Amino acid sequence: MKVLMFGWEFPPHISGGLGTASYGLTRGMASIPDIDVLFVVPKAYGDEVKEGLDLIGANNVKVAYKQIHYRGESRSFDKIEVDSQIVPYTDPEDFWKITRQEEKDNRLIVETNDRGMLDFTGSYGSGLISEIDKYSIVASVIAAENDFDLIHAHDWLAYPAGLAAKEVSGKPLVIHVHATDFDRSGGNVNPVVYNIEKQGMEAADRIITVSNLTRQTVINKYHIDPSKVTTVYNAVEPQGGIYDEYEKRSINDKVVTFLGRITLQKGPEYFIEAAYRVLQVMDNVRFVMAGSGDMMEKMIRRAAELNITDRFHFTGFLRGSDVYWMLRLSDVYIMPSVSEPFGISPLEAMQSNVPVIISKQSGVAEILTHAVKIDFWDIDAMADAIHAILSYPALSEMFIKNGREEVENLKWENSARKVREVYLEAVN
Amino acid sequence: MKGICLFFEVHQPLRLKRYRFFDIGSDHYYYDDYNNETILREVAQECYLPANKLMLKLIKKLGPEFRISYSLTGVLMDQLETYAPEVLDSFRELAATGQVEFLAETYSHSLASMANKEEFIKQVRMHGDKIKKHFGAEPVSFRNTEMVYSDETGSWVADMGFKAMLTEGAKHILGWRSPDLLYCNSINPRLKVLLRNFQLSDDIAFRFSNRDWNEWPLTADKFAGWINKRDDDAELINIFMDYETFGEHQKAETGIFEFMEELPAAIMTSTDYTFMTPSQIAEEFQPVSALKVPDPVSWADEERDLTAWLGNDLQNAAFNKLYSLADRVSNCNDEDILNDWIYLQVSDHLYYMCTKFFSDGAVHQYFNPYESPYDAFMNYMNVLSDFEIRLDAACPGDDVNQEIVSLRKKLEEKEEEINERVIEIRRLRSKVKSLTISSTASGEEKKEKRKTAGAAVKQKKQGTGGKKPVPKDVKPAGKGKTSKTKQTKRSK
Repeated sequence: MKVLMFGWEFPPHISGGLGTASYGLTRGMASIPDIDVLFVVPKAYGDEVKEGLDLIGANNVKVAYKQIHYRGESRSFDKIEVDSQIVPYTDPEDFWKITRQEEKDNRLIVETNDRGMLDFTGSYGSGLISEIDKYSIVASVIAAENDFDLIHAHDWLAYPAGLAAKEVSGKPLVIHVHATDFDRSGGNVNPVVYNIEKQGMEAADRIITVSNLTRQTVINKYHIDPSKVTTVYNAVEPQGGIYDEYEKRSINDKVVTFLGRITLQKGPEYFIEAAYRVLQVMDNVRFVMAGSGDMMEKMIRRAAELNITDRFHFTGFLRGSDVYWMLRLSDVYIMPSVSEPFGISPLEAMQSNVPVIISKQSGVAEILTHAVKIDFWDIDAMADAIHAILSYPALSEMFIKNGREEVENLKWENSARKVREVYLEAVN
Repeated sequence: MKGICLFFEVHQPLRLKRYRFFDIGSDHYYYDDYNNETILREVAQECYLPANKLMLKLIKKLGPEFRISYSLTGVLMDQLETYAPEVLDSFRELAATGQVEFLAETYSHSLASMANKEEFIKQVRMHGDKIKKHFGAEPVSFRNTEMVYSDETGSWVADMGFKAMLTEGAKHILGWRSPDLLYCNSINPRLKVLLRNFQLSDDIAFRFSNRDWNEWPLTADKFAGWINKRDDDAELINIFMDYETFGEHQKAETGIFEFMEELPAAIMTSTDYTFMTPSQIAEEFQPVSALKVPDPVSWADEERDLTAWLGNDLQNAAFNKLYSLADRVSNCNDEDILNDWIYLQVSDHLYYMCTKFFSDGAVHQYFNPYESPYDAFMNYMNVLSDFEIRLDAACPGDDVNQEIVSLRKKLEEKEEEINERVIEIRRLRSKVKSLTISSTASGEEKKEKRKTAGAAVKQKKQGTGGKKPVPKDVKPAGKGKTSKTKQTKRSK
């Protein structure tokens, strides 16, 4: 079975869990003999890991003068036999001329570079929506050019691409929900994003969610038929001793680490409040908030206000090996997310022998046994758990021993096998 | 003659409240009163009261042919006194019939037998006193917490004067032998050992209401039939179970009370077994052989061992921490501390930390007020930390504290020594002074002496050197003094 897969990012160019998860899943799929994956990202840099799959960057696909189908109306595919043309333009003058015509024809106007290709940033910047649109255009080109049996689109940024490919090819579409806008926004859902998500979910033949938590969101908030939504949990790539390279200790104090984007979704403020409580009783402990995000300044101010800055450290955004180093230094890893569809990072912490505290509002809490689970708002419980892990060696040792064993059994091959079952349902 | 022994364990743990680490050192009350009261009242209504009523009715109806035995834990009796005294009254009524035997056990349903012999004995005595206080008679039979038994524990129990002890008829200790006979302790054969017939006991306790069980529904006649079908040489059927089987584990709707009401008559009419209590059995029967149990057994789970309480690192850490305090507690007279000490030993605290529940699911989770074993451990260790702080304050005794005490002692000794030396120095100095004045009266020298005391002393020493040797150890002191004087002069 050949799968045309649309993602948004791919290692090493990742900003979050989406890239890690899509990569892990494709790695897992490489172990299944009857599945071939053609993976498309908006921007290919050329240095991506490409074991076991073909990777296309949408920025390297020539769209000029390609016949692609216009996706402006919600007519079914077989009725739109007539493909419209993508008209590339390179200067404003052309654009003006073309847009004047556009009202008459069913043409879609996009800006190409002088090689007839579309430029992508592959980032999450201000032109995100137009980039998603462009991505879907290229998707239809790729769909027309390649043979495949099924389309698999990762997260809302790639849903329109998946939809376009489905309309061109008529092949079944599976969308993979790694997060919804309810998770990202803390409830203030962006209507544009919501619509893109809902359209994708409605058009999809099958939906994969990364946890039952997310499955419930898809069913309740997007009103999707539960029978087509399946949960497939993420896994974690074995690290094979990568953490051992890093010096374990440079300070004697215990280290409690928060690692992630400092945004509302991740619950950084609860971490600070819990730290404050612990610091009132314990003096051999330091807290680290590693990462960056829109709430960072607020968090620094709060730490100053609580007068704990001598024990509460900010590292800014950590890249590559610094992440491993940070984990290696940690005695407790904490993920107090307000809303976390899955959350791979605690699994990485467990791999590096760090006990983890996770919020019950995370998908990963559904599969982990050897972790402390607390409500994200329960600062007392969080502080208590931190104190207990740091104070009672037997507890910490149990978590390390059992935790490591537990994550070793979370394999992407198993997730891939479940995804394959969903594919079979979608195809038949 | 054949005997059947009906024995019921009556126990409710004293659950701990959510105890955060910031409570350590400030909040010394550990118990979840609301839950303990609610649960106890509920169990009293659903089980203890109706079951006692039924037993009393059966005793009155069937006369001296019907006998039963109980073990009420001290922790349960304490809770009954506070929350449901009417239950104690109904047990007293049963006791008054003379057909009910109350067994001894550890006061707090603890695993002290696995840690500390003195503590174990103390708790058994304490429990015996309580039983005597409530039911008028000193217990003569014993059953340990959760039927825990080993040769060693058995010998301790024998040494304490008990005649009989109950335990599990575990397959791995019996091998090919039958549980339906009387055995004795292998170290001290005077102790008779009664073994639970887990097949028949669990038919009632666990399987009674299970509709997937091919024997469902279980009737009194059917059960009596099974008793008849035991081996020909069976002498003794021991049916031991939680009293909470009636109305709690098996709800009243399942018909468990009706079953119990019919059972004694069915056994009396259709079998040749007689209802007996453990002490009667110990009198009437001869043990067939000694039972070798080097490693402790219990009646829990498939393994019939202690892994439900001491099966993982968390449980062992908590258990060891707890009993590391035992010696100091035994030197302590603080009533509150002694009380908490009893309640912190309740074995259920360890049971909640069991990680086996991933496989042995149903039973463990049913009884567990915590979300996870880790949760249970954290809470318990916090409580234990506070307890230790109080113990430190009341009766210092652990290594660090002993160190502090010994250092303080050393300090005091040194201080005393210094004082002695200072007196000695003064004495010597005054002697030197008088000698100097008498021997050299030159005005120049006097001036010099006023200028620098050190030089004066030196000269004095030189002057007195020949006459009287200055003790060696005074010298440095003198020098120190000298330099100090110099310094103060310079600073001026």
